Amino acid sequence: MALPPPDPQFVLRGTSAAVHTLHFSCGGQEPDVPILFSGSENGLIHVWKLKTHRAGTALDGHGGKSVYCVETMGGKDRLLSQGRDQRICMWDLAEGRTSVMDSVFTENVGFCRCSLLKVAQGRWLMAMAAKALEEVQVLELPSKTSVCTLKPEVGAKLGMPMCLKLWQLSCGSQPLLLAGYEDGSVVLWNLSTAKALSRLVCHQEPVMSLDFDSEKAKGISGSSEKVLSIWSLNEQQNLQVDKTHKLVNAGIADITIRPDKKILATAGWDHRIRIFGWKKLKPLAVLDYHTATVHCVSFSDHKNSSERLLAAGSKDHRISIWSLYTQT
Amino acid sequence: VCFIPDGLDCSISFVSHVLGKVCVHGRQKELLSVLVPCLVDLTKSDCIWQRLCWQLVERVPERWMEAVVLGFVQRAPGAEALSRLLGNLVVNNKKAQFVVTQKLLLLQYGHTTAVLQNLLGYLALDSLRRPFLIKVLQELLETWGSSSAVKHSPPEQQQYISKAILICLSHLKEPEIESCRQELLTSMMEGVKCHLDSNLPQIRRLGMVVAESISSKINTDGPVLKFQYEEDDEARELQSLLVQTPPSCDVPDLPDDDRYKKADAALPLVLESNKNLHPAAPLVPDELSEAELDSDDELIPYDMSEDKELKTKAPVYIRDCIEVLTGSEDMDKWEATVKALESLVRKNPAATREVSMELAKILLHLEEKTCMEGFVELRQRAQVAVLTTDPIPVAKYLTSQFYSLNYSLCQRMDILDVLVLAAQELSSLKSHRKTKQSGAQKPCIQLLPGSDSSKDWRKIVDERIKSKTRRFATGQSQVELASGPNEFNSVAGYFFFPLIQHFDRPLTTFDLLGEDHFVLGRLVHTLAILMHLAVNTVAVTAMGKALLEFVWALRFHTDSYVRQGLLSCVSSVLLSTPTECLLEDMTDELLEAQSWLGDVMEKDPDGDCRRLALQNLLLMENLKKKLKTVPS
Repeated sequence: MALPPPDPQFVLRGTSAAVHTLHFSCGGQEPDVPILFSGSENGLIHVWKLKTHRAGTALDGHGGKSVYCVETMGGKDRLLSQGRDQRICMWDLAEGRTSVMDSVFTENVGFCRCSLLKVAQGRWLMAMAAKALEEVQVLELPSKTSVCTLKPEVGAKLGMPMCLKLWQLSCGSQPLLLAGYEDGSVVLWNLSTAKALSRLVCHQEPVMSLDFDSEKAKGISGSSEKVLSIWSLNEQQNLQVDKTHKLVNAGIADITIRPDKKILATAGWDHRIRIFGWKKLKPLAVLDYHTATVHCVSFSDHKNSSERLLAAGSKDHRISIWSLYTQT
Repeated sequence: VCFIPDGLDCSISFVSHVLGKVCVHGRQKELLSVLVPCLVDLTKSDCIWQRLCWQLVERVPERWMEAVVLGFVQRAPGAEALSRLLGNLVVNNKKAQFVVTQKLLLLQYGHTTAVLQNLLGYLALDSLRRPFLIKVLQELLETWGSSSAVKHSPPEQQQYISKAILICLSHLKEPEIESCRQELLTSMMEGVKCHLDSNLPQIRRLGMVVAESISSKINTDGPVLKFQYEEDDEARELQSLLVQTPPSCDVPDLPDDDRYKKADAALPLVLESNKNLHPAAPLVPDELSEAELDSDDELIPYDMSEDKELKTKAPVYIRDCIEVLTGSEDMDKWEATVKALESLVRKNPAATREVSMELAKILLHLEEKTCMEGFVELRQRAQVAVLTTDPIPVAKYLTSQFYSLNYSLCQRMDILDVLVLAAQELSSLKSHRKTKQSGAQKPCIQLLPGSDSSKDWRKIVDERIKSKTRRFATGQSQVELASGPNEFNSVAGYFFFPLIQHFDRPLTTFDLLGEDHFVLGRLVHTLAILMHLAVNTVAVTAMGKALLEFVWALRFHTDSYVRQGLLSCVSSVLLSTPTECLLEDMTDELLEAQSWLGDVMEKDPDGDCRRLALQNLLLMENLKKKLKTVPS
């Protein structure tokens, strides 16, 4: 007899706006950690202290425009946020400061979240949608120099890039980019040659979100239709579809695989969070707490696996925190 | 008076004379209360006494016969006893026959059910008298089925006749029913038509009960006529009269009872089987490939049986609602739209105003496509919401449609209801306008749409009358009441005058002054309410004048429901119009109305009409008194 799905461990309220993005930072020094960053539609970034379940500060750097991506750059003191004011801001939060150190003007009015990858100590690569419609630009941070611009070939008709994922097989190897586009295809780009290595059409509708497991060379993408697509990268760097999983209701806003690669979570337009096992995509749980579409899900990076959490942010202004499958 | 039963041949005509004279002088009770029990006892077994008794009664002179017979019928403890006392009086004596078969049944109606039982039982007990029973039944049915009798006779008399019919039916035997089956059927059909045509719910119910009873008698096998009506004490009493088996006849009444019971039992069975068809919750799909030992198996899934498809959501924009209601084939969406429409309209007044006419039109013609609970109420509330959001154009539209061709009576009365509800809302304070909880919807569809609501409206007017005709001196310890502008003020005229305009212009499908007098009655009541709600508005004097003229034109209407409405209109005018305006502008109309009211109070057959007329006259008296107290 299966147990009923668990309730959230706790719920963070107080954003007073739809929550579009979440990011955990749990690896720092006590007593500030663990911390959850959330970006809302009113342009504020809340810094939640998970010990007290309260928002410490609210960072206002995007002029009231929606923040749809937050990432940390090596610890909780450096934050990167992307907003609809066409800016990507880098924040200095050390010792209680809340100032924008630097910003990048992307000139892009889309919704594509940027992707960060640490390539060396103090150096990051950031991929973001560029000004031109189908292009992706990769910058090096903090120098803000452009590494390459990835243009699809003429006539490819990929549409806007919807989601990006920078990854490398191991530290020091070639960084690659996976990009999901508006026409439903996922493209693997080689950054040094700025050429597409492989293109796979895995959805009929735009790819809303994707995530990739570099160890198993397997990825998953979700779209606005009822299908989740799992694909993998073979020896020749070609993408191929492994299988698809049909959902009950259409629309996936976000997918994320837990750092230990055991489970993954999807955020649905039908207000539900679904948990699957990563190995065989076995459905594990359907978490039905929110009353509006869930925009984002994020796993925590706790070192202690029993403390691992899952956070989900929704249009109903709430962030639910769940503790699931922490024994493995 | 005691007799010597010993072969003496006495003449008892003297006794009869005494008996007659005493009875006619009104002393029936004293004399007969002693005499009748005595005689009943004596006649129980002794046939000499029986014959004596018969002679006694037969010898009573004609002019006193009625009193004596009536006294006997009232005092006798049962039909058996009456039969022993009176013998075949009705057969032999013309006057007695007249009294028993005509006067007591058709010309009087104040007697109790026991009297009826005695009388009709008496007729049923002897084969010589049975033809009278049949004749009586035929005459009763003729009266019951005559439309003029239904319209003009008081409800109490109609109830009396219905009871008599039912008792007759209970005494009839199979061969007799056979012989007059066709006649019974014809009279039943005619009678049912007249009764259902009436505006008063009591008359309709009487008609239904009697028709059902007749039908059950003449169709002993096969489907019976069954109406749906609210059972109350009166209906149950009437039904019990039919089922009662007189001791001598063994008419199988029980099968009738069984048939009713079977009909009732069939319904719960159907409901039960529906419950069993309720689908079981889908089970969690079993994982197929469990063979491989994998760390994935350590992850135990939770229960996911609640993970079902999301129900279709209602549209969030008014224009989307319009699209769904006019074109959509998706029934789920249509239902969701109907449920959500009222709150959408109220939340988006600006958007509603842009499309108010379209919405009003769609809602007026909206038919129930799926079997939804509370559809009628939801539609009405949406209409009221649209009307209160954009009163003037929608009121113009609705009132013009009221008098247009090709609408059903139900739709016309819908328009009236919506106008009243919206007027009530507009004239009440914003803070008091809480949306009422939708109560349990009445499950059975009533034969004619709810005229029960008119009782509530009458209550409001009555209460208002009560509060005005009695004045107590209370202290000035009143809290400052919340106040706000009366939104009904600016639109009252748009609601009211178009409704009054065309009432005398018949259309091919709609004739207020002719057949559709039920709608006329509702219209009159609606006008009374609108007038009442227009208190303290600017247009109230003009409305009052127009309303009094309207009442004057219709004052001799034959339908009592319409007359009640007209009298409520007069009350509303008197209560809502400020005294000064009444006296300045409407003196002529008021004087005319006064004489008419006096007439109604004395001569109208309907009790409610008389009461309302009296209240109106009292109100007018109060007005006069107020005049006298005001220093001129």
